[in-house]
Amino acid sequence: MSTVTKADPATPAGSAGPLSHRRPLGDRGFALLALGSGLLVLVILVLIAVTTAQQGSDWFTQAGFSGIFSTVWSPQTNQYGAMAFVYGTVISSLIALIISVPVSVSIALLLTEVVPRRWANPIVYVIDLLAVVPSVVWGLWGILVFVPWLQPIYASIASAVNGIPVLDSLFGAPTSGASFFTAGMILAVMVTPIITSLSREVIATVPTTDKEGAYALGATRWEMIRGAVWPHSVGGAILVGLGRAMGETIAAALVIGSSAQVTSHLFATGYSIPAVIANQFGEAAGLQRSALIGLGLVLFVLTIIVNLVARGVVERSARRMRGA
Amino acid sequence: MTTTSGQPGTVDLREGGGWRRTKNQIATFVMWTAFIATLVPLILVLYTVISKGVTAISWQFLTSNTIPPNVSPLGFGGMGPAIVGTLIITGFAAVIAIPLGVLGAVYINEYGGKGWLANFISFMADVMTGVPSIVMGLFIYTIWVLHFGYSGLAGSFALACLMLPIVIRSTYEMLRLVPNHLREASYALGATKARVTLTVVLPAAVGGIVSGALLAVARAAGETAPLLFTILTVEATNTNLFSGANTALSTQIFTNAQSPFVGGEARAWGSALTLIVIAFILMIAARIVTARFTRYTR
Repeated sequence: MSTVTKADPATPAGSAGPLSHRRPLGDRGFALLALGSGLLVLVILVLIAVTTAQQGSDWFTQAGFSGIFSTVWSPQTNQYGAMAFVYGTVISSLIALIISVPVSVSIALLLTEVVPRRWANPIVYVIDLLAVVPSVVWGLWGILVFVPWLQPIYASIASAVNGIPVLDSLFGAPTSGASFFTAGMILAVMVTPIITSLSREVIATVPTTDKEGAYALGATRWEMIRGAVWPHSVGGAILVGLGRAMGETIAAALVIGSSAQVTSHLFATGYSIPAVIANQFGEAAGLQRSALIGLGLVLFVLTIIVNLVARGVVERSARRMRGA
Repeated sequence: MTTTSGQPGTVDLREGGGWRRTKNQIATFVMWTAFIATLVPLILVLYTVISKGVTAISWQFLTSNTIPPNVSPLGFGGMGPAIVGTLIITGFAAVIAIPLGVLGAVYINEYGGKGWLANFISFMADVMTGVPSIVMGLFIYTIWVLHFGYSGLAGSFALACLMLPIVIRSTYEMLRLVPNHLREASYALGATKARVTLTVVLPAAVGGIVSGALLAVARAAGETAPLLFTILTVEATNTNLFSGANTALSTQIFTNAQSPFVGGEARAWGSALTLIVIAFILMIAARIVTARFTRYTR
C-alpha cells in the first residue's frame, strides 16, 4: 500500500515520456506485491508438505513399510500403524456421503428447478446456517445429546438384525452411542451446505435450451431433470464434499468413540486420522508425535488428491458445457 | 426459467399420464422432504445450545477467568480469557489474511490475465480451501511453535492460512463482475494499473469483498483444530498476542465437552452460545453489507 502513495497524482503514468514503456516504481511495486500474495498460496502448500514430511520422517523410517500399514496403534509398545485411522476416516466419510449426497442434490434441484428465485434465497440462507454453526458445537451437541439418544436405538437395531448374515456383521455390535455411523451422520450434516452449493453451480450451467427442449417434448419436470439435468455430473461437488468430510476434525473426534480398530460393525467405536491427531497430540512426544505429524501428512496428501480430482472433474464438465 | 415453463396447470399442453404425473409429484415431494430433513438437525442444535447456554451465561461467566479442572459448578469461573482470545486471535488472522487474499485475487484477475501461472494459482487456491484445518494447525506447529513457542500469534497464523484461500476465491468472484469499461475508461485517463486497481476496480467490488471476508472470519472464529497445538491454554486473560499461551472459546468447548463434570458441560454450552452469537453477528453483518453495497451481481 505504502509503495503506491509514492506515485504522485500530479504526475500520471504518461509523464515519464510520451513513448516511454517504463512503468512508475509504485506501479511495479504493486504488481510485485500482488504476485507475491498469489504465490503465497503455492508456498504454503509446498511448506506444509515439506515441514510435515520432515517432522514425520522419524516415523516413516522407524516404523517402516509394514509398521505404517499395520492396524496396531499402541503408544505403550511404541507401535504406530496408520491403517485403523485411514479405515475410520474413509468409512465415516463414505457414510456421510451416502446420507448427504441424495439430500444435497435434492435441495440443489429444488433450488434451481422447482422454487422461484425469490424463494431460493431464504432457503440458501438457511442451508448456509448449517455451515456457520462451528464444528465444535456440532461435536458438543453430538456427544452430549445425540450419542445418548442413539444408544438405545443402536441396541434395538442390533437385536433386530441378530443372526441375519450381512446385516448382523454391519449393525450387530453396538458398544455405545459413539461410532463410525454417528460420526458419519454428524459429518453428513456438516458437508451438506458445500455439496448443495457446488451442485447448484453445476446444475445452473445446464443450458436453458436443453431444459426447454425436454419440456417441448412433453416431459414432466421430473422427466426433464432425468433427461436434461442428470447427464451433467455433480461428481466434482461430491468429491469436494468427500474431502471436507475426511478432514473434519473436532466433531469426529468427539463422537467417533476413539478406539483404533478395523471392524465391519458400523455401530462400533472407531477413530479417524484428524480425530487421533486432535486427541493425542497434546500429550504425545518422541516417536508418537512424529507419527501423528506423519498422519497429518497422510491426511494432507489424501485430501489434496481428492480435491485435485474434484477440481479436474468440475473443470472438465464446465469445458464440455461451454463446448456444447 | 422455472416460473415460465414449470408451472403445472397454467397451459397444460403436456398432459402427463397418471403414473408420469404421480412420479413428478413424488420427485417434488422428495426434494421438499430433503430440505425439511436438513432443518431438523439445525433446529435441534440451535434449540439445545440456546436453551442450555442461556442458563449458563451471566456477566460473571463472560468476564471471569477460566478454571482448570472444570469441576466446580456454574457460578465459579467463566470464559473471559477465551472470549478475549477468540476476538484478538481471529481479529489478527483477519488482518493478515484479508489484505493478502485480496492482493492474491488482484493478481489472478488483474495481472495474471489468462496466463498459466494465474490459472495455476487460482486452481491451487481452490485446492487449498480443501486442506483440513487440523493440517494447518500441524503446519504452524512445525514451522512456528517448535521454534518460537506457543502464542496467540501462532493461532492467528493458522487461522490466516485457512482464511487466505477463501478470501482469494470470494474476492476473485467479485473482481470478475467489475465491468471492463470501468478499467478502460480509467486507462484512457492515463492512470497506472495500480491506480486503476486501487481506486476504481476494488472500490467497485468492495461490497462483495467485505461480505466474503466477513464470512471467512465467521468460519475462522469457530475453528478449533488449528488452535489446539498453537495457542495451548491459559486461565487468565492474555491480551499480548505475541507472547505467552492463549485460549479461545472453541478450544474451551472442546475440553469442556469431554469433561465428565456437570459444571464443565454447562460451561461448554455457555461458550457454544457465545461463539454462535459471534459467528451469527458476523454473518448478518455480511448479509447487510451484501444488500447495501453490492453494485455488480451475477
